[in-house]
Amino acid sequence: MSEKTAKIKVFRGDEKGGEYKEYDVPLFEGMVVLDAIHHIQATADNTLAVRWNCKAGKCGSCGGEINGKPRLMCMTRMDTLPLDKPITVEPMKTFPVIKDLVCDVSWNFEINKKIPPFKPKAPLADGTWRFSQEDADRVQEFRKCIECFLCQNVCHVLRNHKKEEFAGPRFLVRLASLEMHPLDVEDRLSLIKEAFHIGLCNITKCCTEVCPEHITITDNAIIPLKERVVSRFYDPIAKFWQKLFAKNDVTK
Amino acid sequence: MARLAPNTMFKSGLGTTQRKDNWWLQPVLVVFGLGSFGIYSTWAALQGNHYAFGPYLSPFYSPLFIFDWWHWSPALLILWAPLGFRATCYYYRKAYYRAFFADPPACAVGELAEHRYSGETKFPFILQNIHRFFFYLAAIFIFILSYDAYEAFWFDGHFGIGVGSLVLTANALFLGLYTFSCHSFRHLIGGKRDCFSNCSLAKAQYKTWSIVSILNQRHMLWAWISLCTVGFADVYIRLCAMGIIHDIRII
Amino acid sequence: MNYQTFEHDVIVIGAGGAGLRAAIEAATQGATVGLVCKSLLGKAHTVMAEGGVAAALGNVDLRDNWQVHFRDTMRGGKMLNNWRMAQIHAQESPARVNELEAWGAVFDRTKEGKILQRNFGGHQFPRLAHVGDRTGLEIIRTLQDHAVHQKNIEVFMECTITHFLKEGNKICGAFGYRRVTGEFLFFKTKAIILATGGIGKSFRINSNSWEYTGDGQALAYKAGADLMDMEFVQFHPTGMVWPLSVKGTLVTEGVRGEGGILKNSKGERFMFRYVPPMFKGEFAETEEEAKRWLAGDKSARRPPELLTRDVVAKAINAEVKAGRGSPHGGVFLDIASQRDVETIRKKLPSMYHQFKELANVDITKEPMEIGPTCHYIMGGIRVDAETGAATVPGLFAAGEVAAGLHGANRLGGNSLSDLLVFGRRAGLGAAQYAKENSSIKADTKQLDTCATELLKPFNQKNGENPYEVMDQLQKMMDAHVGIVREEKELQKAIDSLAQLKSKVKNVKAAGDRTYNPGWQTCLDLENMLIVSEAITRAAMERKESRGGHTRIDYPESSAEYAKFNFVLRKKGEEMRVEKEPLPKMPAALEILIKEGTT
Ligand SMILES: Cc1cc2nc3c(=O)[nH]c(=O)nc-3n(C[C@H](O)[C@H](O)[C@H](O)COP(=O)(O)OP(=O)(O)OC[C@H]3O[C@@H](n4cnc5c(N)ncnc54)[C@H](O)[C@@H]3O)c2cc1C
Ligand code: SF4
Ligand code: SF4
Ligand code: FES
Ligand code: FES
Repeated sequence: MSEKTAKIKVFRGDEKGGEYKEYDVPLFEGMVVLDAIHHIQATADNTLAVRWNCKAGKCGSCGGEINGKPRLMCMTRMDTLPLDKPITVEPMKTFPVIKDLVCDVSWNFEINKKIPPFKPKAPLADGTWRFSQEDADRVQEFRKCIECFLCQNVCHVLRNHKKEEFAGPRFLVRLASLEMHPLDVEDRLSLIKEAFHIGLCNITKCCTEVCPEHITITDNAIIPLKERVVSRFYDPIAKFWQKLFAKNDVTK
Repeated sequence: MARLAPNTMFKSGLGTTQRKDNWWLQPVLVVFGLGSFGIYSTWAALQGNHYAFGPYLSPFYSPLFIFDWWHWSPALLILWAPLGFRATCYYYRKAYYRAFFADPPACAVGELAEHRYSGETKFPFILQNIHRFFFYLAAIFIFILSYDAYEAFWFDGHFGIGVGSLVLTANALFLGLYTFSCHSFRHLIGGKRDCFSNCSLAKAQYKTWSIVSILNQRHMLWAWISLCTVGFADVYIRLCAMGIIHDIRII
Repeated sequence: MNYQTFEHDVIVIGAGGAGLRAAIEAATQGATVGLVCKSLLGKAHTVMAEGGVAAALGNVDLRDNWQVHFRDTMRGGKMLNNWRMAQIHAQESPARVNELEAWGAVFDRTKEGKILQRNFGGHQFPRLAHVGDRTGLEIIRTLQDHAVHQKNIEVFMECTITHFLKEGNKICGAFGYRRVTGEFLFFKTKAIILATGGIGKSFRINSNSWEYTGDGQALAYKAGADLMDMEFVQFHPTGMVWPLSVKGTLVTEGVRGEGGILKNSKGERFMFRYVPPMFKGEFAETEEEAKRWLAGDKSARRPPELLTRDVVAKAINAEVKAGRGSPHGGVFLDIASQRDVETIRKKLPSMYHQFKELANVDITKEPMEIGPTCHYIMGGIRVDAETGAATVPGLFAAGEVAAGLHGANRLGGNSLSDLLVFGRRAGLGAAQYAKENSSIKADTKQLDTCATELLKPFNQKNGENPYEVMDQLQKMMDAHVGIVREEKELQKAIDSLAQLKSKVKNVKAAGDRTYNPGWQTCLDLENMLIVSEAITRAAMERKESRGGHTRIDYPESSAEYAKFNFVLRKKGEEMRVEKEPLPKMPAALEILIKEGTT
């Protein structure tokens, strides 16, 4: 059987720098980029470092840049890529490289810790709550996030401008999931403006383009949060209105 | 605390990327599209003539205010409002930040090295936050332009349909779709709520919000179509008024 | 030798559902907790769980209650379960699920605004609280976000525990290394909770991640704790069989819960032919009745596709063997003909996505090709039902790594609830133990031996490639200890294991210690060998077929074997298999099972 092969160019190195190494990998049906990396790992070089867990797009471990595009390696099929040129596989470039395709994403976990936790309103007498699927729908979209950090990686505020004070799209999504939660009563709006710097996002939507869970990050999470910030901080009419009808106050 | 990677690790600078697709095509098209509209509309607005023909009134000049003390084109009295609306529109912001400011030019493509960036937190971009006020104005414009479209069916007191009537109707329709698919409107109409099921008002708001949300998914599409229809309406009426083409009457 | 030292009251190993829940509970009790996991936080296996979490909330069908759940669990486990665990589990899981809601989880809703529940195999009523088909993600994220706000939990991501330290018979510490730097870590502690999950990587075709190398079972075994029920490995009936790249990847049972049907290459809905005597009369007998059930008719009985996993897996195996399989050696799972496009995409979004992107199959239009895949292990560390204590003082276990709740076969959805219920109990148990026991001084000389063992693969000159050895082990286990077993095959497995053992002694690691997957694989192999051997030896001894364990040479269940569990113990270098009689169930519960509750 004459085996078809593909050429694949992998970044090998660490925080000090590195180089691209080319490998030949045999192709098989339905093969994804992660299979190719695993093949190299098992045969050519046991030390090639990569993160993965589920190999089904569920855990968000295997983010990288394939032919320059931020993607999950386990969900990128080889047959969707042009095979005439070598396929480049690189780590996410926004975070410091630890080794090869693995980078240090701990900054994200630090940001997450700063988000005030969920605080539910008082439950019914039986200790539970009622809310409808319509209420659930909106936040469930945000809760699909698998924390692959591809959006953080592609966001130019972090990638090019290195604004470490900016929470980044992943955590604006998380903030949205809390702020729009039908049961939550915590108020994070000032933090969203002052501590998480939502104003640094210029809604250029790269986060939405790369999200493997197809979360409409910009339109459904960030822009609605920006609008809430406007109501609180930039809109005298809304303020007046809220005073009048304190009950319907969006800002709780 | 853990950090982000320094920019020195991989090649950086304007346009650097490992992307192998035609990432530059989109910004180029946007520059071309917005650029040509900008040039034409500035020119047309400055003309101050040929903006009406029969029952047709160019949307660049509607509502039409003629004052003795105003010596320039009447378009300039009103155009700031739709211009402000579009300039602060969330979609156009994306389009021009990418295409004109290269901030970023495309996803995972490098930017001009080391330029200062403050997003929308400082002047002038902090002004983007007043978008909803432009929305209020734009909503009024929709009523005015719809009235213009209605008027375009009455030729000297008689009902009729000309190509111009259809052009103005389509224009009002697409501008309406664009305006009412606005993100600010989506927020105001119901998006501001956290809970949709606890009272009857909330339920009504949920319905309107859902409809606006559906429109909103195509906001970019409406933005471009309505940009074309506005421009085209002016071109059409202008050409008729200049006598270069003739309006075809259908009825 | 250099190493970093940390001290906590309780060390939790594993940050899946069980580990996180245990850590939260122990911290709430005032213990200081170190939470250690092999991957990043939030990436543990629990994130992959799809279908739902079982709890008798009775939100959809009022007839449901803990007694029915208890009965279903026991019968699903072929009565080999620890009855007390099954009882606690059925009684406490509703509270655990509601608690998740209080911590921010957003489950799908019923019309009245309560938590929605769906049907699943072996559950008499719709019982699985779920979020589309990404329930595990919802649970792990909720627990994770709750845990990071607890003051006394310190998280150690990407750290692998490789050794336990004991003083006398008591646990006093754990040793391991940090993947990112390769540096050694010593955790001084009073109690350890193991929540390391399963063993799926011992098999070639599996639904599990690289983490599932049986570390917890092996660590406990080496520390002298009992392993129990190791012969019971669950082969999930519906794994993807094609394309090659995703062979084994799970297709949630939720597909059948939502109405999906199984067909062979002749288009026959074959499950009607495989209803075992124990369940006769409880399942629909005609396609027409199954249809009415799907339409919501409460008088109709469940379709046979919703039989327990062991039964369905064996049926599929039999169909394929009889030559009625699909082109790639599975059978067809069809939801497209049963539900409209909208419902499928809403209730099974990630399945839709998974098939679309990985197999070019649109499940709203075409059937899926599926076949059994190694999924879960019912057996594991033998624990006390109330506290999760293992048989070594100071050692606790919860979640997939522990044994007892599921008996010979696990019902879908009973794992996620297991994690919550027994994770919490192990947290309580360990915190209590830590309070009652002062810390003991660990003899740090032991650490040098640990370190030498860890570094051994770097010193092998002409050693084996660990990936090749792993491949050999997996293929061997698939061939001889897979879904159907027999004496001579198992004997072959034992012989091969002996050979593999000597290869594993020689595996070599190249490069240095920073993030070295080859080195990690070398270390994993030893654990994989121990659990593979435990599975094989226990399977050899159980000379009957029951639940997840099928012997062609003993195709029937035997009343004699229903009386005990097999326990594996380390005696010197030898692995002993011993019989341990089942604890006696109170009469009141026995009646529940025999007569049912309705
Ligand atoms: C695809 C799939 C779908 C499933 N669907 C369902 C479902 O719908 N319903 C259901 O009830 N169950 C389901 N299950 C089963 C269930 O998800 C698992 O059994 C359960 O999540 C196991 O949880 P756990 O907390 O015991 O361990 P895990 O979540 O697997 O966590 C194990 C932890 O231990 C850590 N660890 C392991 N070894 C070491 C070591 N040596 N040192 C340090 N840390 C270590 C790992 O890093 C990880 O953090 C499914 C399983 C799979 C694979
Ligand atoms: S839309 Fe905002 S958050 Fe998203 S990538 Fe662009 S700048 Fe970043
Ligand atoms: S929002 Fe999307 S891209 Fe960002 S981390 Fe979550 S899943 Fe990944
Ligand atoms: S390995 Fe889990 S998302 Fe790719
Ligand atoms: S967002 Fe585009 S018009 Fe308001």
